[in-house]
Amino acid sequence: MTELTIAFTLNGKPQEVRTAAHETLLTLLRDELGAVEVKDGCGEGVCGTCTVLLDGEPVSSCLLLAARVAGREVTTVRGLAPAGSLHPIQEAFVAHGAAQCGFCTPGMILTAYAFLRENGRPTRDEIRRAIAGNLCRCTGYTKIVDAIEASALSDAGPPAASRPPAGSVTPRRG
Amino acid sequence: MPAAPFDYHAPTTVPEALSLLAALGEDAKVLAGGQSLVPLLTLRLVRPTAVVDIYGLEELRGVRRDGRTLEIGALVRHRALELGEGPLASCPMLSEAAALIGNVRVRTMGTIGGSLAHADPAAELPAVVRALDGVMVARGPQGERAIPAAEFFAGLLTTALRPGELLTAVRLPLPEGRAGYAVEEFTRRAGDFAIVAAMAVVELDGSGRTARARVAIAGAGSAPVRLTAVEGALAGVEPSEQAFRTAVGDHKLEIEPEGDVHASAEYRRHLTRVLTVRALVRAASRAGRPASDGAARGAGA
Repeated sequence: MTELTIAFTLNGKPQEVRTAAHETLLTLLRDELGAVEVKDGCGEGVCGTCTVLLDGEPVSSCLLLAARVAGREVTTVRGLAPAGSLHPIQEAFVAHGAAQCGFCTPGMILTAYAFLRENGRPTRDEIRRAIAGNLCRCTGYTKIVDAIEASALSDAGPPAASRPPAGSVTPRRG
Repeated sequence: MPAAPFDYHAPTTVPEALSLLAALGEDAKVLAGGQSLVPLLTLRLVRPTAVVDIYGLEELRGVRRDGRTLEIGALVRHRALELGEGPLASCPMLSEAAALIGNVRVRTMGTIGGSLAHADPAAELPAVVRALDGVMVARGPQGERAIPAAEFFAGLLTTALRPGELLTAVRLPLPEGRAGYAVEEFTRRAGDFAIVAAMAVVELDGSGRTARARVAIAGAGSAPVRLTAVEGALAGVEPSEQAFRTAVGDHKLEIEPEGDVHASAEYRRHLTRVLTVRALVRAASRAGRPASDGAARGAGA
């Protein structure tokens, strides 16, 4: 068994933690760092509720060994806006009643955020395809699509262009 | 469930990775993007004593085109294939197939080498590589060797890679001249592995007849297979939906589907016929377009 110390950035704040190599980022975030806004769903990368942004790109934290985030930026839904305020996508979710039980919401919002940064004026079909990997078991998809569409069309413009996350977004690797 | 503990190694060069694999033996697993291996670890379906994490091997992230050959490093991610920028634009078939893989998170982390070495029989990329007659490049204790796709995919989750060997790249010969491609698949839910997928490449001669047609099927056997009898029957024919239908209906399909909870063997046979015709029609249509329509063509301009 390998233990190692990793340094990374979580929502703009530097972290240095001791972890076991077989631990996932999901358990590190929830159990060690108290980031319980990252939900533990299927545990096999299908449901999308454990989505975080790794250097700005959406990944399943349940399928990422924590050791791999050394030196990188991790953003959870809490990192999209300064404490006490909401990102325009979050505001749109509130305005459109796009959360029912709320369990899928953090992953939905992060997926929408990453998607809208690449496609600021999507069609509803493109939005549906973009969130196809995030499951809402309340099946409240219509309002989720409404909210994402509205935040794309809002005066704030494409959300990413106006408000980057607390951690800066570095170019895609590979 | 957390994964069972293992020793973790993160080499930064290929020789270092090969030394580790040689030293650790067959109890070590190679970790690339982790989108197949990590769930197997956390479900404890596999319990390796050591994991060799190759994600830091920057030398495996390159893409280069050399004449009619596209060489893609093993760690090039599905997302890069999907976006199809730079030299990858010369093989839009990869982009069409990669867009169908899992969800965006899988595509962000997952790699072409990981998919090919994992060799899931229903996965998209092994079938695309089979259709294009790709060649896998592996490095091991005895040096580098090239393995044609027909030999590489040996069976269910099984490849021709030997113990201690690492898949480092795949070389794809790009179709020449008037060529078109198509990827057709049927899934029950967005992002699922295909129940059946058909990958077609059609090359036309100067008179517009089919010079060569290639079809690879995923999901209807333990490894991706080529429909060689259908391919042979299509040489020299005038491409049309009727001609494709006749060829598929009259010839043996070299598939060996098994029924499971997702689909019966007979249904997979049916899907193979339907999707093959659809893929051939679309590939031939793309091949037949004027050269100015380069973006939609398999071979590029």
